[in-house]
Amino acid sequence: MSVVGTHGEAEIERPPTGTAAAPETPLRRLMADYFESRLATAAFVLLVTIIALALLAPLIVPQNPYNLAEVDVLDSRLPPGTKGMAGYTYWLGTDGAGRDLVSAMLYGLRISLAVGVVSCLIATVIGAAVGLIAAYVGGRTESLLMRLVDLQLSFPAILIALILIAILGKGVDKIIIALVTVQWAYYARTVRGTALAEMSKDYVEAARCLGLSHARILFRQILPNVLPPLIVVATVQAAHAIALEATLSFLGVGLPRTEPSLGLLISNGFEYMLSGKYWISFFPGVVLLATIMAINLVGDQLRDVLNPRLKR
Amino acid sequence: MTAAVEAEVVNRAPTLEVVDLKTHFFTKAGVVRAVDGVSLRVAPGEVLGLVGESGCGKSVTGYSILGLIDPSGRIVSGRIAFAGRDLVRLPEDELRALRGSRIAMIFQDPMMTLNPVLRVDTQMVEAILAHRRMPHGEAWALARDALAQVGIPSPERRLKSYPHELSGGMRQRVAIATAFINKPDLVIADEPTTALDVTIQAQILHEAQELCRRTGTAMIWISHDLAVVSSLADRIAVMYAGVIVEEGRASDVIGAPLHPYTRGLLGSVPSANARGTRLAQIPGMTPSLINLAPGCRFRARCPRADAECTSEPAISEPLAHRQVRCWRPHLEGAMP
Amino acid sequence: MTAYILRRLMQTAVLVAVMSVIVFFGIHIVGDPIWLLVNPQMDQKDIEAAVRALGLDRPIWEQYFHFVSGALRGDLGRSFIFGEPALTVILQRMPATLELAFTALVMAIAAGIPLGLYAGLKPDSWVSKTIMAGSIVGFSLPTFWVGLMLIMVFAVMLGWLPSTGRGATATYLGITSSLFTLDGLRHILLPAFNLALLKFSLVIRLTRAGAREALQQDYIKFARAKGLSPRRIVGVHLLKNILIPVATVVGLEFGNLVAFSVVTETIFAWPGMGKLLINAIQSLDRPVIVAHLIIIVLLFVLINFLVDVLYTVLDPRVRIGAKAA
Repeated sequence: MSVVGTHGEAEIERPPTGTAAAPETPLRRLMADYFESRLATAAFVLLVTIIALALLAPLIVPQNPYNLAEVDVLDSRLPPGTKGMAGYTYWLGTDGAGRDLVSAMLYGLRISLAVGVVSCLIATVIGAAVGLIAAYVGGRTESLLMRLVDLQLSFPAILIALILIAILGKGVDKIIIALVTVQWAYYARTVRGTALAEMSKDYVEAARCLGLSHARILFRQILPNVLPPLIVVATVQAAHAIALEATLSFLGVGLPRTEPSLGLLISNGFEYMLSGKYWISFFPGVVLLATIMAINLVGDQLRDVLNPRLKR
Repeated sequence: MTAAVEAEVVNRAPTLEVVDLKTHFFTKAGVVRAVDGVSLRVAPGEVLGLVGESGCGKSVTGYSILGLIDPSGRIVSGRIAFAGRDLVRLPEDELRALRGSRIAMIFQDPMMTLNPVLRVDTQMVEAILAHRRMPHGEAWALARDALAQVGIPSPERRLKSYPHELSGGMRQRVAIATAFINKPDLVIADEPTTALDVTIQAQILHEAQELCRRTGTAMIWISHDLAVVSSLADRIAVMYAGVIVEEGRASDVIGAPLHPYTRGLLGSVPSANARGTRLAQIPGMTPSLINLAPGCRFRARCPRADAECTSEPAISEPLAHRQVRCWRPHLEGAMP
Repeated sequence: MTAYILRRLMQTAVLVAVMSVIVFFGIHIVGDPIWLLVNPQMDQKDIEAAVRALGLDRPIWEQYFHFVSGALRGDLGRSFIFGEPALTVILQRMPATLELAFTALVMAIAAGIPLGLYAGLKPDSWVSKTIMAGSIVGFSLPTFWVGLMLIMVFAVMLGWLPSTGRGATATYLGITSSLFTLDGLRHILLPAFNLALLKFSLVIRLTRAGAREALQQDYIKFARAKGLSPRRIVGVHLLKNILIPVATVVGLEFGNLVAFSVVTETIFAWPGMGKLLINAIQSLDRPVIVAHLIIIVLLFVLINFLVDVLYTVLDPRVRIGAKAA
């Protein structure tokens, strides 16, 4: 944007700056830029809290909801705040089987996060590999790969996931396969685009002239520059993956009952809603919403901060 | 113009008078003093050439007159007298009533200034109907006549086309026709021929000149190109780093420039030099408009600068009808 | 123009062919194809008889050809559950889904474009900041959970709207829809709103981005220099330019809405294609699954085609092409 504010006028000269302060590593600069926004900082704190709760779940909850010995079916469908038979308060009530909702939620959160993160990581690796190869090799390989990517991206994720599950059947591994299939194309497209831009830069040409091996150029030179947009896409996709898994579980075609994620908890509560016992579906939903929103907000800020075109 | 006509022109009230205009932009990096004390006047029917290099503030001056400055800037002080009113203090809706009807503007790149998804007639007719009530058909006929006046063949067909169907020169003619269509008192043209082929440039210049003469419209022609301005303008004002450094009759300014900067500009025009000699250059770069050094703004690049130039020169009138902002203007060779 | 349409039709045909290969071989490579055509509950001897009768012991290319020729005739197998041709079963329920998706789209546009426009024109006002913050929330909301909450608030607690099902339908101009009856409108309001929320944020963000970009263009400055009223500048100059990208993206999103209606239909017991698919997956009614997929593919292809045509109509630069004067 021209500072003088009219088209055709040149940029103004910047006055010479003073000597630099203590050397700033890129990471420190990144963190400083990121935490400039209060909203993003709050989102980051929320996300860390959620992850911590999920990791520490077995240590902090009053009961293990999958251990039938600890669950009393007579305690089922109690509203939030009731004291239970075992002596501790059900802060958020109990579900249809008598499980303490807080415990069930945190355990469910663990599973949701785990499935989401694992599928995201696998998809990142696959997608990035495809994107890098496509960009580096070029030619017909690239055309073919990118056609595949475009084809996949033009169909809605939920449909692809449903069809895959219909073909493969149910199970944790099948869900992860479905989630990975739905996501990899985004990574491939982003990575290819960035890699192409990087490859046209001089340092790659220089590396080639020096006779560095292809692998070396790809991994040591191009990949680090591809990481920033990749990270941004990964956060967005992680949120999508978690949401998609929850949706599939809710629909009954997701994770099996033995490993209930938040989606399944919500769907369990569906039948009780019409009789006014809202908490069984409500609270897990809030946790799900908080998780997805925190990831989205963090991803949003990361995108603004990592965008090279918005240099401050 | 003859001396008698000129005296006539000078004595009549000017169409536009800008007094000590300052337009500043407020950015993160600092305050950009794009226009920092500009005064000029344009007489009825006169063509004033506003010349300067990129970044000197000439376009911003034009936008300031119409109140079209980008939101990060504003007019800080000064007066713009037009039709008995001060445009700086005018509320927006009154300003809008003037734009396009009493003061019009022509921009540099006609491809971008015409909306690509609307037809030519839509864009011309709306300019008319924004200021006058009349049936649509009548406005359409006016548009057609305006196009014919600027030398566009088969105007009915052109009116029904979209901007991308016309050539660059034709689009600029449309822009000119639109500017003149409500018979304004003043037209501000911001580098209208810069984006066109040289051959078309000459035609456009000629047509603009004709229109002005015929309608008695005053014009401010903003350009970085001295050659273009010299053939067209009655008076020339040279701008540098946000202020006017020289002003006078076109023939005087071109023939016997007073300010060292104007001299430098003229000296750097290829045709002014004998073949085979090196092009004279003005050394150095335009100063930053945020951190202006005190004193004359041209001091760092001026071959004639001395200790006196550390204080900002005021405008002086060493010769009749010629103004300059310099402690040591080139008075030799200039005729009184 | 005709050449363009012909080219598009050819591309479409190729795409459908490719999809049919993927679908067919997908089912065959991963699952046991016999289950596609035969009820898994049947007796072993009957299964073997069926295999021979259906030619499943033939080479795969022959089977594919058989499948395609059947498909071209409109025979995509028989539903195990309903006992009727899968195609019929799906087509019966398609109008309900299309109606839902269409209503949701209209809602998202009607609310999204004005809000996005406002946010783009006045980006620093607190209203705009609220809108943008709200759009992130909307973007993150899990659709199914919101659906549940909507039912809880509006149907259970407040009792204003019905919680499930499709309302009564009426027919005007040959179209049968529940949108034409008051009862139908009451029933469609919640599910359509739920579905619309999905695209609502997208429309807002798109419109806002489009508005901000358009405002920087010179033709807006020129329009101001002509002295046009702000209403005309926004309503005519700005809007017409924004509409092109927004319309194309939104048009393509219609397909997504149809796909995602699976969730909404399940929650609100809406008798559409989506609910049918979920039931089919859960009850392993594979002919219905395959038929559903093929129809969705065709629908997507059709939508893509229509959006391309729409784009051509909206943007005069594409329609007329650059010609030297």
